[in-house]
Amino acid sequence: MYPASFTYVRPADLAAAEAAFREADDPRYLAGGMTLIPTMKQRLAAPSTLIDIARVPGLSFIRREKDTLVIGACTRHATVAAAPEVRAAIPALAALAGGIGDPAVRNRGTIGGSLANNDPAADYPSAVLGLGAVIRTTRRTIAADAFFTGMFSTALEPGEIITEVAFPGPRRAGYAKVRNPASGYAMAGVFVAETGKDVRVAVTGAGACVFRAAEMEQALARSFTPDALADVRVAAADLNADIHGSAAYRAQLVRVMAARAAAAALSGA
Amino acid sequence: MTSVSMRVNGADVRADVEDRTLLVHFLREHLRLTGTHVGCDTSQCGACTIHLNGEAVKSCTMFAAQADGDEIVTIEGVGEPGRLHSMQAAFQQHHALQCGFCTPGMIMAGIDILRRHKSPDEETIREELEGNLCRCTGYVNIVKAIKAAAES
Ligand SMILES: Cc1cc2nc3c(=O)[nH]c(=O)nc-3n(C[C@H](O)[C@H](O)[C@H](O)COP(=O)(O)OP(=O)(O)OC[C@H]3O[C@@H](n4cnc5c(N)ncnc54)[C@H](O)[C@@H]3O)c2cc1C
Ligand code: FES
Ligand code: FES
Repeated sequence: MYPASFTYVRPADLAAAEAAFREADDPRYLAGGMTLIPTMKQRLAAPSTLIDIARVPGLSFIRREKDTLVIGACTRHATVAAAPEVRAAIPALAALAGGIGDPAVRNRGTIGGSLANNDPAADYPSAVLGLGAVIRTTRRTIAADAFFTGMFSTALEPGEIITEVAFPGPRRAGYAKVRNPASGYAMAGVFVAETGKDVRVAVTGAGACVFRAAEMEQALARSFTPDALADVRVAAADLNADIHGSAAYRAQLVRVMAARAAAAALSGA
Repeated sequence: MTSVSMRVNGADVRADVEDRTLLVHFLREHLRLTGTHVGCDTSQCGACTIHLNGEAVKSCTMFAAQADGDEIVTIEGVGEPGRLHSMQAAFQQHHALQCGFCTPGMIMAGIDILRRHKSPDEETIREELEGNLCRCTGYVNIVKAIKAAAES
């Protein structure tokens, strides 16, 4: 399958990338291409210009800033999964990255691409929201709570590029998902984190967009144990219903995944 | 059009291609390296798996232009009759194929698995084969072959 014709450009730096975006008719940035290219091959997207930012210098890195772990936007899933710094500081994040799709997808796909795309069943948005991370762009800094605005939509403005994501190191954190057997995407995935200030619970795959589950946060704040979630009822009203599962089934998965994520957090895995 | 240069199976190649040319089509149609297959064409099956700078990627989900300046190895580059790669030999010995359509991708994935895991157990191999589908074998002998290649 061929996508519609487009012009491919590989800018040398972020300023050139943003300039190329301003000058083109209907431009799109290209990072790992693991979402955009299949979409273009199906002709669901037909940008006039692809601006390949995957090799723009300074976008692929992992570094510690005191208690914060900062990951460059074009860092690939495989790199995050294997990085000793990530495994030491936030093992749940390394495990999440290592559970995305398959090895070949992880060798190309990037954290920035995943966040900009904000697929309702993507894994990374739950870690970013669950850890209360901050998304840094070419223009500003956006808190996770303000970044994910709806299905496939984010607070990014046209042309704005995610440059890095800063994750505050949690006291402990865990992630658990039920994979869609065909794609690996989350049927329901829950990221729980005890940050030191509060407890955050972020749910992906179950709704139109990643969201925080207040009742589960309160229950875990009282007692950070899987059992604390036993009596929490997850409302099915706003959850997805599709050929893979009903809303009620997803509500049940959310509760079970939250308990497993809490158990994973406690075991330090 | 865009000009691409890369090193494919040890040889430097250069061509002018349409910007939208997928890497798999560049390999198959421009370079006539038809060992790399197109199965699903939707990024799921891994029949098109090649090594890009030493790592397994799906060549149906990349543009040739993205690989400009890179080093690529396809199934044609890993071994040849009489001088098979240990992974190819293990696939032959353990009867890890039936129709053979998935096999080039499986072998490229298998080599990539052993790059990252010295002696993977069966569970690890099965997990690592997540992105490679085989419609014929039921995977049992594929897993066996990769395990045998790790031990050889
Ligand atoms: C077979 C398969 C299985 C998958 N399974 C999973 C899974 O289990 N879980 C999961 O979470 N994901 C999964 N994915 C998606 C994968 O994680 C993608 O890597 C990710 O969604 C997109 O990242 P990318 O770098 O490939 O982005 P691209 O496809 O290159 O881009 C995606 C979008 O983001 C924009 N963009 C990219 N980078 C930036 C940036 N830095 N700033 C602003 N905008 C940007 C692009 O313009 C585009 O609109 C799967 C994909 C495939 C093909
Ligand atoms: S043809 Fe590339 S993944 Fe199936
Ligand atoms: S041997 Fe036929 S698809 Fe694998």
